[in-house]
Amino acid sequence: MSNIKNIPDNTSRQILSGRHLLAIDDLSVGEISALLDLAGTYVELNRQIEKKQSTLRGRTHINLFFEASTRTQSSFELAGKRLSADVMNMSVKSSSVSKGETLLDTAMTLNAMHPDILVVRHHASGAAELLAQKVSGAVINAGDGQHEHPTQALLDALTIRRKLKKFEGLVVAICGDIKHSRVARSNISLLLKMGAEVRLIAPLTLLPSEVEKLGVKVFTNMEEGIEDADVVMMLRLQLERMDGAFVPSAREFYHFYGLDQKKLKMAKPGAMVMHPGPMNRGVEIDSIIADGMQSYIQKQVEMGVAVRMAVLDALARNLPGANNQSGDNS
Amino acid sequence: MVIANTDKTRRAYINARLIDPANGLDEKGGVLIEDGRIVAIGKDVNARNAGNAETITDCTGLTLFPGLVDMCVYTGEPGTEYRETLASASRAAAAGGVTTMIVMPGTDPVIDDAAIVDFILRRARDTASVRVAPMAAITKSIKGKAMTEIGLLQEAGAVAVTDGLKGVENAAILRRAMSYANTFGMLLVQHVEEASLAGGVMNEGENATRLGLPGIPAQAETIMLERDLRLVELTGARYHASQISCSASLDVIRHAKDKGLPVSCGVSINHLTLNENDIGAYRTFFKLSPPLRSEEDRAALVAGVADGTIDIIVSCHNPQSDDTKRLPFAEAAFGAIGIETMFAAAMSLVHNGEISLSRLIEVLSATPARLLGLEAGTLSPGRPADFVIADPEKPWLVEDEILHSRSKNSPFEHRSLEGRVLQTIVAGRQVFAYHQ
Repeated sequence: MSNIKNIPDNTSRQILSGRHLLAIDDLSVGEISALLDLAGTYVELNRQIEKKQSTLRGRTHINLFFEASTRTQSSFELAGKRLSADVMNMSVKSSSVSKGETLLDTAMTLNAMHPDILVVRHHASGAAELLAQKVSGAVINAGDGQHEHPTQALLDALTIRRKLKKFEGLVVAICGDIKHSRVARSNISLLLKMGAEVRLIAPLTLLPSEVEKLGVKVFTNMEEGIEDADVVMMLRLQLERMDGAFVPSAREFYHFYGLDQKKLKMAKPGAMVMHPGPMNRGVEIDSIIADGMQSYIQKQVEMGVAVRMAVLDALARNLPGANNQSGDNS
Repeated sequence: MVIANTDKTRRAYINARLIDPANGLDEKGGVLIEDGRIVAIGKDVNARNAGNAETITDCTGLTLFPGLVDMCVYTGEPGTEYRETLASASRAAAAGGVTTMIVMPGTDPVIDDAAIVDFILRRARDTASVRVAPMAAITKSIKGKAMTEIGLLQEAGAVAVTDGLKGVENAAILRRAMSYANTFGMLLVQHVEEASLAGGVMNEGENATRLGLPGIPAQAETIMLERDLRLVELTGARYHASQISCSASLDVIRHAKDKGLPVSCGVSINHLTLNENDIGAYRTFFKLSPPLRSEEDRAALVAGVADGTIDIIVSCHNPQSDDTKRLPFAEAAFGAIGIETMFAAAMSLVHNGEISLSRLIEVLSATPARLLGLEAGTLSPGRPADFVIADPEKPWLVEDEILHSRSKNSPFEHRSLEGRVLQTIVAGRQVFAYHQ
């Protein structure tokens, strides 16, 4: 090997107890911390000229995306390639007739090709879970309907931890379309587990029913909700939800729930501003803030690759034939 | 309701615990039958004076009660026979102690024409082992617009009208259908869910929020129910809410009954024995319409059966294949099979002391028969010899292999239930016998 200074934890010790990564809800605090530690070493690796590791050499990693996604898919692709996996991208145009059949049929077809890791995104909640029951490799949920997007929450957590060093006692405000957001659900789950205070800020039409029972504080006034926050996470509001169905107009939404300078002043000085992307500038966030000093949006993208490398690495350690497995696999 | 095979033999069943709620009977005794009808019941039918019977069956330790009348059964005949035929549903019914099954009109084609009613009755006569009667649609093709020929459908043999799992949304159309059905004394059965609020796939609340699934609030049910009851007030029609699922609906029904309205309601066995937590990690066999609700709702519904607010229990037997169930939860079909497990599942309520066995038989047999004007539902002399011999304590395991339905979407799969139908008799003929 060459002069790599920070070789990630190559001890092959087990990090995740499960075979798949389907939801933050399934992870323990210890597992989350260990994943973030491992991801931290990959951040350093990714900043070197020589970025390639042989961790997943010989492994097949398939990205199975039933929903279009440029950033998540390329992030996973890059992560797999940096770990020397053979990466294949499959974008499945879901037919409007029988999307579900396509899911399981495709899963069975792919399974026959012996992929080691399947990264799946699907428009239906629970799709990754269903797929995991059917395939022999490891499944990573890259977003299932309005349920979870665990790697997004992990990369958000890594971004926060590298800046603020801890989670206990932090105040994190998540603002916008909570109701339809899998990013919000995964983040709520992770941040509460790690000891942060989570506040949700949204008009009541964009809050899911009984969400306060998850252990969060709910605010409808953004300035109140954002007060003294260490982190402000903005969510994307889909254009089709601004036509009067959930909010009357983009203009009205921005007026009350868009992040602008005035509202951000209520947060702690230097509070982190985050967004999972892609952004609607001028709808949920002012461009000046998105591109400003407090914005960690580009940082999130960087952390995304490292976190996905860590997840791929951790799951590969649990695959049959991995170094730490006893040799009873034929 | 014609049953092709009547067993004319004179037979006696003795030493059973007899339960006949219609006659207020719960005592040790026997049943004497001949010509497919009941000749005598009670403690006088015993080993000494049953001597002239050709066969004598000793039922010591067992319970004998009128055959169950299931007022909500979906089959796939005609149209989707791969899911269920009248024959396969009737075998499941017989194994579950159901001697009369009322099939729903949402077939393909829809039962909205006298000829289809006739088809169902003929197919049932030729292929089914239990009695079958159809409900006909309220509106043509179940589109909620033009009402069906309710009078002719009744003459052909339809026992009530319903649009199945669709409620009639338009108030003016429902009002006229109620008035018209009332002209013929026909019971109108309504699925109570306000469609614009019922776009979700499970109970609204914390569980749906955690799973990221769109919810259906209880108000979707109560709003429809309250509106419908105002129309009952207006028309005086006989109205039956097919299935209620939440505690709040009980208050609405109680209020209507207190006012003396001709109103009744049912509940599915699933809503009495399961709740939304059973969905777990997206288990589609628990995706039902109306949705399974909270544990508090379930407990309230059980109490509603015990105190008489709820009149009947149905299986809401709805066979679905792998093609429609092995899908992501939001895309999977609603429904569960249940006709074969209904009695055993309901026995859990008796074993828990929540309702009496006599009350259970009343809501599973006597009351549905009375609501539909059927001869069934009692052991009174002169009535059809449709009855069940069961061991209320006997445990059995629900597994695909033993279920008779063509579809296997049972929410009780792999579960052990306590209470086993041992023999089912229809018109004097044994149509089911349990073999271990």
